[in-house]
Amino acid sequence: MSESAASSEEQKAKYSDDIYEEAANWHVNTGEEKIYPKKASGKWRRLKWITHSIWLILFIGPFLRWNGHQAILFDIPGRQFHIFGLTILPQDVWMLSLVLLFFAMLLAAVTSVAGRVYCGFFCFQTAWTDLFIWLEDKIEGVPAKRRKLDAGPWTGEKIRKKALKYFIWVLISVLTGISFVSWFTDARQLWHDIFTGQASSTAYGVIALFTAGTLVLAGKLREQACFWLCPYARIQGVMYDKETILPTYDYHRGEPRGRLKKGQLVEGNGDCIDCKQCIAVCPTGIDIRMGQQEGCITCSLCMDACDAVMDKIGRPKGLIRYASMDEMEGKTQLPLFKRPRVLIYLTILTLAISGIIYGITHLGAIEVKVLHGRSPLFVQRSDGTIQNKYNVKILNKTANDIPIKITAEGIKGMLIKGTEETVIAKKGNTGSYIVFINAPAENIKSERTPIIFKIVNQDDPTQTSSYESMFFAPK
Amino acid sequence: MSEDKNRYGQTTGHVWDETLAELTNPPPKWWMLGLHASWILVVLYTLYYPSWPLVSSHFKGFAGWTAIGEFEKDMKEVQDVRAKYEDQLPKKTAAAILADNELKNYVVRSAKVLFGDNCAACHGSGGAGNPGFPALVDDDWLYGGSIDAIQQTITGGRHGMMPKMGGNQLSDAEIDKLANAIVGGTIAKEPLFAAKGCIGCHGPDGKGMAALGSANLTDKIWRFKSKDQLASVKYTITHGVNDPSDPKTRNAEMPSWKGRLTDTQIKKLAVYVHELGGGQ
Repeated sequence: MSESAASSEEQKAKYSDDIYEEAANWHVNTGEEKIYPKKASGKWRRLKWITHSIWLILFIGPFLRWNGHQAILFDIPGRQFHIFGLTILPQDVWMLSLVLLFFAMLLAAVTSVAGRVYCGFFCFQTAWTDLFIWLEDKIEGVPAKRRKLDAGPWTGEKIRKKALKYFIWVLISVLTGISFVSWFTDARQLWHDIFTGQASSTAYGVIALFTAGTLVLAGKLREQACFWLCPYARIQGVMYDKETILPTYDYHRGEPRGRLKKGQLVEGNGDCIDCKQCIAVCPTGIDIRMGQQEGCITCSLCMDACDAVMDKIGRPKGLIRYASMDEMEGKTQLPLFKRPRVLIYLTILTLAISGIIYGITHLGAIEVKVLHGRSPLFVQRSDGTIQNKYNVKILNKTANDIPIKITAEGIKGMLIKGTEETVIAKKGNTGSYIVFINAPAENIKSERTPIIFKIVNQDDPTQTSSYESMFFAPK
Repeated sequence: MSEDKNRYGQTTGHVWDETLAELTNPPPKWWMLGLHASWILVVLYTLYYPSWPLVSSHFKGFAGWTAIGEFEKDMKEVQDVRAKYEDQLPKKTAAAILADNELKNYVVRSAKVLFGDNCAACHGSGGAGNPGFPALVDDDWLYGGSIDAIQQTITGGRHGMMPKMGGNQLSDAEIDKLANAIVGGTIAKEPLFAAKGCIGCHGPDGKGMAALGSANLTDKIWRFKSKDQLASVKYTITHGVNDPSDPKTRNAEMPSWKGRLTDTQIKKLAVYVHELGGGQ
């Protein structure tokens, strides 16, 4: 065997050793191992509790009142949404698509600037999981104790602790379910009905689903939901670019990592003392030092953990900090307004919000739509006039029954029948009224003549609505 | 055999292509749970619903559910909603229904189906009429356009009669003259109109008489509308309407709906037709 052949064999062996070592380091969390995150504390943890508290709206929202009514009510059987003074009917639902577009773009814009801010700071999955883990920590103790408790036999203490934990978890879950349902029905009545056993089976069903869902997602699945269930988690990952700031381990500063010797950094080593605190606090069980990865929900807790350690060993904070890839590579950060992605997202965001504002300010209190009667399109009358039939639909979005006067214009000398008296439009309802128009044949210039219908609220003449229809005549 | 085990678990011992082995791992627990849950569900389902065929019948299921029963339950729900209005109808006259706006709206909507099933075949789906069948949407009525007259028409039917005037009665020239006057709208001034006795039925002014069902000859609406209206009028004068002595006479018959429809249904239809656009 020649010498070169032998060295090539060695190279091959080294290559395969390297590649297996790398593979061994890559651990994909598929849930076979429970994560026991350590309680973090610091400015990010505090900020996160504040941002999570946005979900208190879920619990408080249904109990807000507005002019004696529930301030926010999504009345699905009644097909109307009440949001403070606004009533939104199915006709206005186009605005919902703009609201969805707005939030989708907001998510995209924020993600391209600062990563998965939604996941780490605002997502209900993170909020409820954090709360559940906090409780777990309070009841069962620090991660080491929790591990021991889970591995140990079912002693009286274990049963007591687990029972207490699940009792509180179930309470929170039930409350979550009831609060969710409260948005769709009279909240006060719902609470009364639930405890007197009179609530609808739908309400009980949805509450049960939400209770089970909360328990499973926040108590059991936790980070697995982010890894394998949530589509947004994956979508957001592809919206990063090199300018996006993310929780990043500064490997220039940290490497080569090494443990402290006698409480001192070893000469020649970087700032990372390999204390693994960043891994200990990570709710998804990843090692941020391996770089950005799918499991990172940018919850920022590793930064708190690392900063605390750096503080203690007398090194500057920020070994793990919000930094972009460009920054790590020593490039200058592009200003926001020069990043096309951000600009495009912001443009769409602005368009969507303009549409919503236009929609809300132009909702209108009353609305008229006119259907021209078919079969026949027109009727020849004995006096030589032509008659057309219209179905006038009047939508009253106000909270009162109102008298409406219907008028129409378009052809000289035409007569309107069926609008002699004012009609009463019932609140929150669409009423339909048959109107006939008779026009003298000699005044009709073409087969189709535009007719403008107009309705006026007799109580408040500023509320009007009009609609253009057609008058059909024989050739 | 020690080969029966590899690092993924127990194998069948069969090896292909040197390294391919068949594992004998049990299916995952969740999968087995799903399997058992499925057959338990099938058993419960077949106990709950009608299912197994028996010799002369079938197992009825413990829930007593039937498709027709569910249909009837749904129909009952619809009828309960309608009862609020339907219960009032037998006691009220058609005119009273017409005066009650809410009730009228209900009747107009619910009679649409009745009209489609019973009337539309001749009068058109929107009441616009068809060749030989009068329009119901205009304001010209042979027997009157009041709600009572319409109800009477539907209940008893109508069988108008105009004797044939061709042959011995009128010469071709006279028919020509009369027809031209009718189409031109000047029939009342035509001396033949009175002289030949037409006024007996059509009235001295030519506007017809609702009591007889005779046509108004002065308006713009034609009972037997045609592209060549003059020819159509001549034909009607010559052969008459429903004249049994002339095999070429025009047929014009509205059948009686009494017995075929209930009184309430007829009332509903009368209101519906009245509201089509020409009721008086």
